[in-house]
Amino acid sequence: MISQVVSAVGVVIAGVFICALYYWLSDKILQLVFPVPVDNVHAASVNLNRRAVVRPWLFLGPALILLVVYLVYPVVATFVLSFYDRSGGNFVGLANYRWAIQDAQFRQSIFNNILWLAVVPAACTFFGLVIAVLTDRIWWGNLAKSLIFMPMAISFVGASVIWKFIYEYRGGSETQIGLLNAVVQFFGGNPQVWISLPFWNNFFLMAILIWIQTGFAMVILSAALRGIPEETIEAAVIDGASGWQIFWKIMVPQIWGTIAVVWTTITILVLKVFDIVLTMTNGQWNTMVLANLMFDWMFRGGGDSGRSAVIALIIMAAVTPIMIWNIRQANKEMGGH
Amino acid sequence: MNPAVSLRRIGLPRLIVHLSVLVICIIWLIPTIGILVTSFRDAGQIAASGWWTAFTGAAETSAARLGEPSTARQEGANYVISGSVFEQGQSGAVRAFGTRVAAPTEFEAGQAADLGDGEMLTINEDGSYVYTKNAPFDGERGKRVYLSVAAPPSFTLDNYRTVLTSQGIGQSFVNSLTVAIPATIIPILISAFAAYALSWMEFPGRALIIAMVVGLIVVPLQMSLIPLLRMYNEIGNLFGVPSRSYAGIWLAHSAFGMPLAIYLLRNYIAGLPREIIESARVDGASDFEIFVKIILPLSFPALASFSIFQFLWTWNDLLVAMVFLGTGKDQLVLTGALNALLGSMGGKWEILTASAFITIVVPIIVFFALQRYLVRGLLAGSVKGG
Repeated sequence: MISQVVSAVGVVIAGVFICALYYWLSDKILQLVFPVPVDNVHAASVNLNRRAVVRPWLFLGPALILLVVYLVYPVVATFVLSFYDRSGGNFVGLANYRWAIQDAQFRQSIFNNILWLAVVPAACTFFGLVIAVLTDRIWWGNLAKSLIFMPMAISFVGASVIWKFIYEYRGGSETQIGLLNAVVQFFGGNPQVWISLPFWNNFFLMAILIWIQTGFAMVILSAALRGIPEETIEAAVIDGASGWQIFWKIMVPQIWGTIAVVWTTITILVLKVFDIVLTMTNGQWNTMVLANLMFDWMFRGGGDSGRSAVIALIIMAAVTPIMIWNIRQANKEMGGH
Repeated sequence: MNPAVSLRRIGLPRLIVHLSVLVICIIWLIPTIGILVTSFRDAGQIAASGWWTAFTGAAETSAARLGEPSTARQEGANYVISGSVFEQGQSGAVRAFGTRVAAPTEFEAGQAADLGDGEMLTINEDGSYVYTKNAPFDGERGKRVYLSVAAPPSFTLDNYRTVLTSQGIGQSFVNSLTVAIPATIIPILISAFAAYALSWMEFPGRALIIAMVVGLIVVPLQMSLIPLLRMYNEIGNLFGVPSRSYAGIWLAHSAFGMPLAIYLLRNYIAGLPREIIESARVDGASDFEIFVKIILPLSFPALASFSIFQFLWTWNDLLVAMVFLGTGKDQLVLTGALNALLGSMGGKWEILTASAFITIVVPIIVFFALQRYLVRGLLAGSVKGG
């Protein structure tokens, strides 16, 4: 165990050293290859230019290689693999897509993903906005924000254990040790096995993600609310607007852009939701979602890369509009600089 | 002060705001407190009562037998059996008792229960009882009674001792550190150099690369898994090395975090004042020197923000670890170990809660210590960029 820690620390030091060495050495080599002679102005300017042409690529090189190998190439390869059979050896055309359309579990996953997309981003943004407005008005607001923001640091697996304990069910006359069932029993209801209630169990899983992500929405929306010019609110107060009107007609319209950003960020996260479903139900009781189905097919019966690739592409297709929008926004921003 | 007066001074709407925030905070905290409290409770008590009763003591139902009829004394017209329902060494406080298994809490402790047939039974909180009858007791064996006994709260560190040693959580903790620390530090340097090139160097294709980076931020991890798994397997076969290794996961995590890292750092570095960089250039400093001596120190807040993100992400990740790292004892990370325990230790909450708490304690410490940088990074990443 100790040797492992030592070797990990060694790797960190070696890694940083090698990285630094690469950038330092490549810069030195560049200077050697294109020297800048003091006595020859023409040669000096030519070589300075050459250095300026090469240097960006030396700086960018490692990053570009990682991005291409781990992200760009796999996107293309996944697309290609979706037309091949389970081993990736034989071309099968659209067979995997046809399978997907007819597969009951795939349809179930699509349905559940749409359910997640409809509920989680909306709930997080709504709660985040409400909490941001409330906490901005009280002196201990920052403490409250910290506490609500904290679940963001907790892993999905950890959060699943935390919530599984809340949903815990004990059969027969045993004392309910799960908080939810104890509360239900206290109010005279019947304890339930919450995570295996068809359809509704999806919402019990969503609660976990909402619990984690509301803090994120709150932090960002709270910053946006603080950016609203005081004058607009003062003017509304003078005109006799009520608190409710000020909120909906003055504040919310001014932070639409931020609300959209929060919404899309959580949307992307929801499309990739995997850990929560894996640890809570592993897709049983009709809770399967695309990311889990994809993982399942990666290893099911030795793995089926074709079907798995199709499912990954569906997730990618859902993300693509957001991706294009992001790129447009970034280009617009750079044009403005 | 009169509550009505103080209420008027605070103002009712203001009070409602305070109360609602308080309620929300409690709802948000309760789940975590639940496992924290449970992880310190005795295994028997966890199963017997909800964690919210941990501080008041758990009520357990048990059975006991009163003294045999042969031990009865005659007192006036009555026959009396007395003693304690607790055996030697047992302790606790009797809350209630009953004579039928279906109703173990029929009578309160200290109350004289009329059992019919002229029989009276009183069981006190300390366990002592008096059982009287207006006629001789018959039968050979003592009467069976059911008790609701409040065991005193009992907290223990045993759960942590168990999971750290025999459940492999201690080893997994080290494994998680082995994954997370290099996977946080390696991408920072690489992406900082790239971000500098994308902010302050002119070259053809720059806008295209920035657009690519922005686009790659949202590419789902799922797209990369199959080709990378195949690639790792092929490399493993080709060179005869294990296809699942720490080096493999460090590179994977570095690459997956890189688009966001480059984007965040570029936003920050591009916003540094132009004069500083240009005056350094005029003084003859090379780009490498400018980067190391000026850019890196000035970008500390952005570097800190990103490293917190990346650390939380790599520490909390399950998917990448499941695919690219083995499930052997010396490679299973905390999230993977916890997931495995959920499968094998089903209802053993003393194991699960203690393990869960160990997995979340590091990120929570990081979170509270460096929250400022985390918030700053979030804002730079979403409000500004979109």
